Amino acid sequence: MLGKTAGGLFWMFRYLERSENTARMVEAGFRLGMTRPEGDDDEWQSVLQTAAVAHLYYQRHETLEASKAIDFLLRDSSNPSSVLSAIAAARQNARLVRTAITREVWEAVNDTYMILKQVLARPVSQRDLPEVLGTIRQQSALVRGAMLGTMLRNDIFDFARLGTFLERADNTARILDVKYYVLLPSISQIGSSLDNVQWETILRSVAGQRAYRWITKGEVNPMGIADFLVFDGRMPRSLAFSVGKISSNLVYLEQAYDTRHTCHDQIDVLTARLAHTSIERVFEDGLHEFITDFLDDIARLGGQIEQDYRFHG
Amino acid sequence: MTDSSRFFDEMLARGDGPREPYAPYHAWFSNEDLRDLRKKSSDAEQFFRRTGITFNVYGQSEADERLIPFDIVPRIISAREWARLTKGIEQRVRAINAFLYDIYHRQEIIRAGRVPVELITRNEAFLPQMIGVTPPGNVYTHIVGTDLVRTGEDEFFVLEDNARTPSGVSYMLENRETMLQMFPELFSRVRVQPVSNYPRDLHRSLAASTPDNCSDGRTVAVLTPGIHNSAYFEHAFLADNMGVELVEGHDLRVIDGKITMRTTEGYRPIDVIYRRIDDEFLDPMNFNPDSLLGVPGIMDVYRAGGITIANAPGTGIADDKAIYSYMPEIVEFYTGEKAILQNVPTWRCSEPESLAYVLDNLTELVVKEVHGSGGYGMLVGPAASKKELAAFRAKLEARPGNYIAQPTLALSTVPILTAKGLAPRHVDLRPFALMSPDKITITPGGLTRVALKKGSLVVNSSQGGGTKDTWVLEE
Repeated sequence: MLGKTAGGLFWMFRYLERSENTARMVEAGFRLGMTRPEGDDDEWQSVLQTAAVAHLYYQRHETLEASKAIDFLLRDSSNPSSVLSAIAAARQNARLVRTAITREVWEAVNDTYMILKQVLARPVSQRDLPEVLGTIRQQSALVRGAMLGTMLRNDIFDFARLGTFLERADNTARILDVKYYVLLPSISQIGSSLDNVQWETILRSVAGQRAYRWITKGEVNPMGIADFLVFDGRMPRSLAFSVGKISSNLVYLEQAYDTRHTCHDQIDVLTARLAHTSIERVFEDGLHEFITDFLDDIARLGGQIEQDYRFHG
Repeated sequence: MTDSSRFFDEMLARGDGPREPYAPYHAWFSNEDLRDLRKKSSDAEQFFRRTGITFNVYGQSEADERLIPFDIVPRIISAREWARLTKGIEQRVRAINAFLYDIYHRQEIIRAGRVPVELITRNEAFLPQMIGVTPPGNVYTHIVGTDLVRTGEDEFFVLEDNARTPSGVSYMLENRETMLQMFPELFSRVRVQPVSNYPRDLHRSLAASTPDNCSDGRTVAVLTPGIHNSAYFEHAFLADNMGVELVEGHDLRVIDGKITMRTTEGYRPIDVIYRRIDDEFLDPMNFNPDSLLGVPGIMDVYRAGGITIANAPGTGIADDKAIYSYMPEIVEFYTGEKAILQNVPTWRCSEPESLAYVLDNLTELVVKEVHGSGGYGMLVGPAASKKELAAFRAKLEARPGNYIAQPTLALSTVPILTAKGLAPRHVDLRPFALMSPDKITITPGGLTRVALKKGSLVVNSSQGGGTKDTWVLEE
C-alpha cells in the first residue's frame, strides 16, 4: 500500500471520529443549557475548551453565546474541528484513498457529506438542533457499519482503526483534562456531592452516562467516573480501550509487514504504564499530570506512526 | 437553429417505425409510463452523485464537482455496424502507431513527401526527446479514443483521434452500471454486449507492454495529477477496477534505474505507468521545470528501458488537427489499404487558398484550433453571432496556421427523454481501443456524448453536453 494512502485512511477516520465527538459535545452543552438558569453560558466555555477550539472561537466572536458557540462547533468553516469541516476533510481524504475503501464505505461517507452539507447549510435553530444532532449520529453509525461490514481485515483496515482510536483517546483525555478539577476529591469531600451537572457533562460528552449508571448502579463518585473513563476496558471510549485497540492494530501491522518499528515500542510502553497503575495512584500523583503526559504520548505516537509507515515523502 | 428532418435519427430515421437495432427497445419504451421514466431519470442523477462520478470544473473556485447529465435512452448500434467500425478503428490505430514510430525514427513519410516536414518538426506536440527511442513492445498508443460521428445509414466519419490521454471510459462503464440497476428487465429482452471487461483488458494490455528491465511483479500504476484534476474520479476508478495503485508524482522516486513508489513498507518498483498527465508535466528535469506533477528523471529511466509509459511521450502529435487532415494518406502509407473510416474534409488555414475559402464561407463552417480540445476555441459558423464571426475572422487572419476548418456535419440524432417525451438530439461516439504488442482490443460500446440543447451540435461536457449508455447488440 502507498504511504500516502495509509495517511489518507488514517486521517479520514480521525476526521470522522472528530466530527462525531464534536457533535456529541454540542449535545452535552445543549442538554446542560436547558437545565441551567437563563443567561448562564459557562457550559459552552468548557465545551469549546474541550474541543480545543476556544481560542479560535474568540478570534471570530467577542462574546460567548450559546447560539454562536453551537454554530461555530457545527458549521463554521474557520473551525477545522467543526462537524462540517471535519466531514468535508474526511470526504476529501476518502476521495484520495478511493481505491482503498469499498464502494459501501465511500458511498456512506459521500452520503454523509451531502446530507450534512444540506442540513448545515444555514444556522441551526435550537428547535431543530436535536434532529440535526440525531442525523449526525445516525450518519456516523452508517459509516462505521459500512466499514465494519465490508472492509477486509488487512493493513488498510488497521490504518483506518489507528486513526479512529488515536483520535478517540485524544478526545477522551481532553475531556478529562478540561474537567479534571471537578473530579478532584478535595472539592467533593464527604458530604458535599459532586455537582450533578458537571459530571453529566463529562459522561454525556463520551456517550457514557447510561453505561456508567448501569455499571455503578447509580452510584456517582468522582474517582469512579475517572476510573471508568481511564481504565475500564469495557467502555469503548475509555483510554484503556482505545490504547488496547491501537496496540492490537499495530501488532497486526507488525505481523503483516514482518517489521517492528519505533511506534511499536512506544505503544508497549504506554500499554504497560496503564496496566501497572490504578486510579488511586493516579489521583495520588495528580490526575492533571497523568492526563497531560498521556496526551503528549498519544501525539508522539501519532507522529511516529506517520513516520514509520511513510505517510509523507 | 436547424431543421430536424435534415438529420439522420438513429431510432426513427425510417419514418414508419424504429430502425431495426432500436425495435426491441422502442417496443419496450412504448409500454412504459413517462412519469415513471422521469422518476428513473432523477434516480439516476442521485445514483451518480452518491457514487461520486463527478468532474471538477476548471476555473471555478469552490471545489466544485459537477455531474455530467445522463440520459436514460440508450444509443444502440447493431453487431454489423459495430464490426465495420472496429475494423476501421483498428486500421487507424495501427496506422497512427506506425506513423509515430516513423516520425521518431527514419521519417519515411516526410522523405516520401506525403506530409510536410514543418508540420512535424515545428509542431509543439513533437518531442525531440523521443527521437530514436523505441517504446517497449513498440507500442506508442496503449489507449486510443476515436471520436466518430454519423450522418447517415452507412456514413461514419472520424472527427478526432485521441492518442494522448483519452478520457471518458469511466462513463462508459458507469453508464452501463446505472442502466443495469435501473432497467434490469430491459437487458433480459435486448441482448447487449458487455463492456465490463474493459478494466481487465486494460490491465492485461498494460502488463503485456512491460519494459526490458522489469521487476518480478509486472507492477502497473496509474499516475494522476491529483485530487483537483477534472478527471480525478476516472483515475481513481480505473486504478480501483484494475486493482493497482493510484500514484501522484510525489509518491514516486527514481532508485537504481527504476521508478519506485513509496509504500508503507518502503520503495517498491513500478514497471508500467498509465499516466494521466500531459507530456510537458511528466518530467521537470526533461520538460517543464516548474512541474510538480511529474517525476524528475522519469524520461531517463524510460529511455534506458526501465519503465513503460502509457501512452508513450510524444503521441500527442497524432491528435493534432493539422495532422488529422493527412490521416487518409497516413493510413494508406503505412497499411497499404484505403482508410475504412472516412475523414471529415478539412481545410488547412495555413494554406492561402484554403484560408481564402474559409473566410468566404465562415457562416457554413466549423473552425477549430489545431491544438485545441474540449470544444474550447471553436467556432460553429451556422450557430455563431455576427460578433463571434467577426472576432474569429480576426483570429484567423492573425494566425491562420493555428486553425483548420471543416464543413458543418449533419450529425445524427438519438432521442433523449424530456419532460414532453422523446426528442432528437445530436450525438457523437468515442469507442476505446487498447493496444498491446500482440493485439488490439476494442470494447463493444463507448462513450456517447449528446448535445442536450435543442439543435446544438456541441457535445462536450464542458459546454452543456451529456452522456448516454452505448449498446452494441449481440449478433
